[in-house]
Amino acid sequence: MAVFLASFDLALLVTSVVKIVFLTFLVIMPMVAYSVYAERRFSAVIQDRVGPNRVGIPLTLFGFKKDIQILGIGGLVQPLADGLKFFLKEDFTPRTVNTFYYWLAPCLTIVPALMTCAVLPFGSELDLSIIGLEQPVKAVIADLNVGPLFVFAIASLGVYGIVIAGWSSNSKYPFLGGVRSSAQMISYEISLGLSIIPVLMIFGELNLSKMSAFQDANGWLLLPLWGEGLSLERWVLLVPVVISFCVFVVAMFAETNRLPFDMAECETELVAGYHTEYSSMKFALFFMGEYAAMIIGSGMAVTMFLGGWSIPFAPLIGLDYKPGDTPLWLGLLHIGTFFAKIVGFILFFILIRWSLPRFRFDQLMKLGWLFMFEVALANVVLTALILIAFNS
Amino acid sequence: MATITVQRPKLAWHEKLFLSTLVKGLKITMGHAIRTFRQIAGKKEKVTMEYPEQKWDENLPEYYRGAPALVTDEHGRERCVSCQLCEFICPPKAIKITPGEIPSDDPWAKVEKRPKEFEIDMIRCIYCGMCEEVCPEQAIYLRKDYAITGESRAEMVHDKKRLYEIGGMRVGLVNKWNELK
Repeated sequence: MAVFLASFDLALLVTSVVKIVFLTFLVIMPMVAYSVYAERRFSAVIQDRVGPNRVGIPLTLFGFKKDIQILGIGGLVQPLADGLKFFLKEDFTPRTVNTFYYWLAPCLTIVPALMTCAVLPFGSELDLSIIGLEQPVKAVIADLNVGPLFVFAIASLGVYGIVIAGWSSNSKYPFLGGVRSSAQMISYEISLGLSIIPVLMIFGELNLSKMSAFQDANGWLLLPLWGEGLSLERWVLLVPVVISFCVFVVAMFAETNRLPFDMAECETELVAGYHTEYSSMKFALFFMGEYAAMIIGSGMAVTMFLGGWSIPFAPLIGLDYKPGDTPLWLGLLHIGTFFAKIVGFILFFILIRWSLPRFRFDQLMKLGWLFMFEVALANVVLTALILIAFNS
Repeated sequence: MATITVQRPKLAWHEKLFLSTLVKGLKITMGHAIRTFRQIAGKKEKVTMEYPEQKWDENLPEYYRGAPALVTDEHGRERCVSCQLCEFICPPKAIKITPGEIPSDDPWAKVEKRPKEFEIDMIRCIYCGMCEEVCPEQAIYLRKDYAITGESRAEMVHDKKRLYEIGGMRVGLVNKWNELK
């Protein structure tokens, strides 16, 4: 027993817990809240409106009406008000639902979405020698060697939340939403998985932290402008990389049920889709799950294609990651870079949502099975041929 | 009925693949977003007015139909003679008049009647202006007040005092009850 306890690395345990709390509750959750706010404001300016701009806490810096106006954007406490509203709403359970599954479904939506963030490297490493840790702390909760596989395995559980919500609501609109969504998510998971195979072939690696470190030293996959990235091979490989990036992003839109592929919700056709019968915090959980999935999906895309936490042209300006020898400020800067990239991606998500009309269901399935799947498959072969040509 | 065959537009390959169309769409939405954002950030003249702080009141047209109100003439006489025509015409039955007599020692005794109570329920009023149109005495007018609020139903009923407060004095109207009559 004593040997077993001694084998516990207390520092590892504590840092892991701190990282989990930090990432999930201090970063992802507020990001979810603020991406809802960003969605409302961004959609407003796209439609020539002003949007919610006047929520404030009286007598503080975020005061009433005339609070801190960054570039005239007010109402920065709006997410708090939104959250509070969800808590105060009546939690209504219709009489005809299957209560157990009806309660289970929202949890099944948000838990996988939050779990996947465990393998995302949100920074390089933090040199915490000031508080007495000799080893620098890696800025990733679980440094798995099967990062993308773990993400796909867990993220695909998210479909159960939607299907169970649709079925247990015992009502036709949620049912249709759930059925459509499951068909869509299963179809697009294939292209999603196939689209990253070329990337894995190029890296020869399934560890997301090592992918980021490689891109930091040798140029991002989509921006090979320094290190090894200047070789002819990487520039020829840019063709399959761009293709797989496009397939990955489109499949990600489908996976997260965002417009133009929001078959699960379809406001105009299915009332609100699978969460028609849900209210209050249960609805909020679905909502948070959707946005958390968006953030994790963006994180995956950023990590694999856009260099993760790496700062552009890092080795050229001396901001690159040196294992075991990265100062604290640089570690923090890397974390900031990672989340800045995610924010950019989320804004892109929102822009797409308000630009494109929804696909019809048959068009969506056709696109998934007859186009995306083939393109992703051919892309794998193309990448293999390029790699063989350059390495033989 | 003649059948019109609508020709579907022939799409080029890049339009079929959503490449050029996606860029076109993003250009439109981004254009709107940037323009409106510049307005919000104060770099450009605003189109949207933010209501409680900014109001359009001074630009309301002459014919604006706001809250109905009673008016007095230049002698301070209540113009209403409580004929109750407005009460009868009022489509949502918002007006309630209790007629009263003018005592014989009053200088305007010859008018004979004036309202003892005059109530307009502003919850019911639909601002149609029929009361103004039907009034033979030019006593009731729709004014430009539009933000009528109250915390209870009773508060939303404008009584005679409040109606004269909103209406005020109106000069230059026909004086039916002058000394010659």
